[in-house]
Amino acid sequence: MIVAERKPMNEVLGMVQDAKRILVLGCRGCVTVCSAGGEREVEILASLLRLGMKKQGKEVETIEGTLVRQCDKEYIDGIDQWDGQYDAIVSMACGVGVNFISNLLPTAKVYPAVNTTFFGGSEEQGVWSEQCAGCGDCILHLTGGLCPVARCAKNLMNGPCGGSVDGKCEINPKVECIWQSIHDRLGRIDSQEMMNRIMPIRDWSTAGHGGPRKVLRDDLTI
Amino acid sequence: MSFTPDIQAFTCHYTSQQTLAEGEKGLKEDGLPGSITLNRLVCTGKLQVSTLLKAFEDGADGVYVVGCPIDQCHNVMGSQRAAKRVLAIKKALVELDVEPERIEMYHQARGFHPEFIEAGQKMDKRITELGPCPFKGESK
Repeated sequence: MIVAERKPMNEVLGMVQDAKRILVLGCRGCVTVCSAGGEREVEILASLLRLGMKKQGKEVETIEGTLVRQCDKEYIDGIDQWDGQYDAIVSMACGVGVNFISNLLPTAKVYPAVNTTFFGGSEEQGVWSEQCAGCGDCILHLTGGLCPVARCAKNLMNGPCGGSVDGKCEINPKVECIWQSIHDRLGRIDSQEMMNRIMPIRDWSTAGHGGPRKVLRDDLTI
Repeated sequence: MSFTPDIQAFTCHYTSQQTLAEGEKGLKEDGLPGSITLNRLVCTGKLQVSTLLKAFEDGADGVYVVGCPIDQCHNVMGSQRAAKRVLAIKKALVELDVEPERIEMYHQARGFHPEFIEAGQKMDKRITELGPCPFKGESK
């Protein structure tokens, strides 16, 4: 899922200083699962906005809404139900949602309430960690299913840097050295020879270095 | 100018048994300050962050929660969850430049005990000293 975190309140309040009616818009997708921008968080942010504005001597009206997804035109169209009822939208979706609303509503003021952080998974309740960098050219079949692009601090492609200690990364000792883990795992699945494979210089154009990426599926387009 | 705070207390069924036994009058006689309004819940684990924020929106100068001892909650983790939510509000208050001491969590054993009254007295003293909540737009 895409993992996000709510922005500090002074930042969000700064965005909506001139608004009198704010649509606080959540998303039932990834940000609900990582407790950053679902229905519950919308309720909390709306309350904090009202309190924060009141403290500044301003009254603000908030509308609370949550769409099934903010990354899908079909669902974004649901914003129409609040037409004319808001001066600004504060989106609690990831950056995709904010962009989609901006694309589809050219004159609406849209602000992000969360920092979109990474593609990750929930290790345990309340803990999320980065697992994938969305680089567009997956090599997990060569690395025992563990990603050095996302999980090696130096994005190394051909084994460890040599700086790790006791299986921990020298950049952050709380993080496992993913190349140590790849080595150990390849051994366990009887594929240790994969470590000898030299990966060629990588073409990073698929990772966004070639500009915004797009997927087009002829079998699905209408 | 005299100031009588509006303090909202959220207590679980078990820690507030005393309120049932003594009633409002009895609690006042025991020393529970008149500034405190008790809101009883089946378990403090049921409290949502938004409920506590709403108390401030509705004009509370201070809010506190009384739940079971951390390792003796009748519902196992209810009071631990409540404590985390109180902590979340403290952080949010700091973000809004409001004193985090305006909300507090207390863990207390069930039944009759003076600590329940003491918690109320502590909050009454603390909030009276802090003055009106900045969300009300009034000066101290």
